[in-house]
Amino acid sequence: MRRAAAPLAVTALFLLAWEVLCRWRGIPAYLLPAPSRIAAVLVREAPLLARHGLVTGAEILLGIALSLAVAVPLSILMFFSSSMERGLSPLLVASQAIPAFAAAPLLIVWFGYGMGSKVVMAAVIIFFPLAVTLLQGFKSCDPDLVTLFSAMGADFRTTFRLLYWPWALPYFFAGLRVSVSVATIGAVIGEWVGSQKGLGFLMMQGNARLRVDLVFAAIVVLSLVGLGLWHAVSLVERRTVRWRDETRR
Amino acid sequence: MFEIRRVAKNFDGYDTLTDFSLTVPTGSFTVLIGPSGCGKSTLFRLLMGVLPRDGGSLVLDGIEVPDLRGRGAYMAQKDLLLPWRTLLENALLPVMVQRIPSEKDRQEAAELFDFLGLSGFGNHYPRQVSGGMAQRCALARTILFRAPLALLDEPLSAVDAITRHSLRSLLLSLQSRFGKTILMVTHDVDDALLLADRIVLLSPAPMRVTEVIELPVGKPRDESLHDLRHVKGHILSVLERGDGVPA
Repeated sequence: MRRAAAPLAVTALFLLAWEVLCRWRGIPAYLLPAPSRIAAVLVREAPLLARHGLVTGAEILLGIALSLAVAVPLSILMFFSSSMERGLSPLLVASQAIPAFAAAPLLIVWFGYGMGSKVVMAAVIIFFPLAVTLLQGFKSCDPDLVTLFSAMGADFRTTFRLLYWPWALPYFFAGLRVSVSVATIGAVIGEWVGSQKGLGFLMMQGNARLRVDLVFAAIVVLSLVGLGLWHAVSLVERRTVRWRDETRR
Repeated sequence: MFEIRRVAKNFDGYDTLTDFSLTVPTGSFTVLIGPSGCGKSTLFRLLMGVLPRDGGSLVLDGIEVPDLRGRGAYMAQKDLLLPWRTLLENALLPVMVQRIPSEKDRQEAAELFDFLGLSGFGNHYPRQVSGGMAQRCALARTILFRAPLALLDEPLSAVDAITRHSLRSLLLSLQSRFGKTILMVTHDVDDALLLADRIVLLSPAPMRVTEVIELPVGKPRDESLHDLRHVKGHILSVLERGDGVPA
């Protein structure tokens, strides 16, 4: 509780200053709604926000799953074969250099206005950090441990299962934790460019009707989704790489 | 008997090993000692097949083998325990690489732990135990390789003086109790004199054998090394001169 006290106090102070500013200067709600008004919208529009939040949440999760399904085998392949790595790394870097916005309209054309294009958008945007951190993890393995496994007569499969994979897990989770927050951006960008559902869609609608309070409410829900995912990954990480937290006696 | 015949290795035009030959009699404790950077660790990596060699052959009990993969146990300066496995699982790793350890394997590992003073620590993780215990677990793993040969790469150089003392006697048991043929690399002349049947002096790179000293004195030996003080003086003078050539 003591650890939570400082961030809670700062947040409360920030919200209070915001509220005071809005009331004191009489800032109209279509420019900057007060926190109290946003809170009211959050409550009143809860079913609407939840419906669209679920769509965006599903897009993010499917995007992560899709990205993992491609990035994990690919980084293993690149680790296994150095010519694969040399061949694929320029493509990987290029995919990262192209701004995601530029690809968004194309993805809509290819995958439609539905969830498909948003899932792909989220997947594309996190692909690079996932693949690269995992590859880095494999490569950072202690060469003396590799010698040990070699001495034990272990083949690549066995060495991978017992050594490289567990060794790279902390790297994998670091990449995944970055990815879940970035995937959120990807899904929303996809929704901005063209959609009929999702929090990004709701924000565009709110903006067009000068319902800035609804835009803010959508942003709050979006942050909650991102925060929830981040914590979910951290939880899985703590359970999976528990050995890292053990302290020396 | 294990023979290294005319093994060569060249790194970027620089000869680390040329025509390196050495015979290790079965059941012997052979210690390689030489100036740092002379190529001892490279030799081990060549023997393990981690590095490809540029020439020469390896013969184990009269049969030529490509490398010592699966034929020789390996123990290094670092304990090389997997932090995500318990001590018992780490010791059983050479078995785990081949198959799922049986109840008999676990029993054997548990008995080894008793012998090595690790009773009750089987379910601890490496981070939870001292460096000396970690190294004893590494020794258990070395034994559970069930290989006739054991290659030890400075196994004592990362532990404190007290641990070193007890580990030395455990290393001797590797030879006497577990019947291993041991090839060990060290910088420490005392370790060599206390453990070896044969000390092999090496030259700076390109590494070659300059002298083989037989030590027909029984073990365990007196830690004061009183009986071996002439040998110690001789080895030190050769090493200090740096060319590895005996006077």
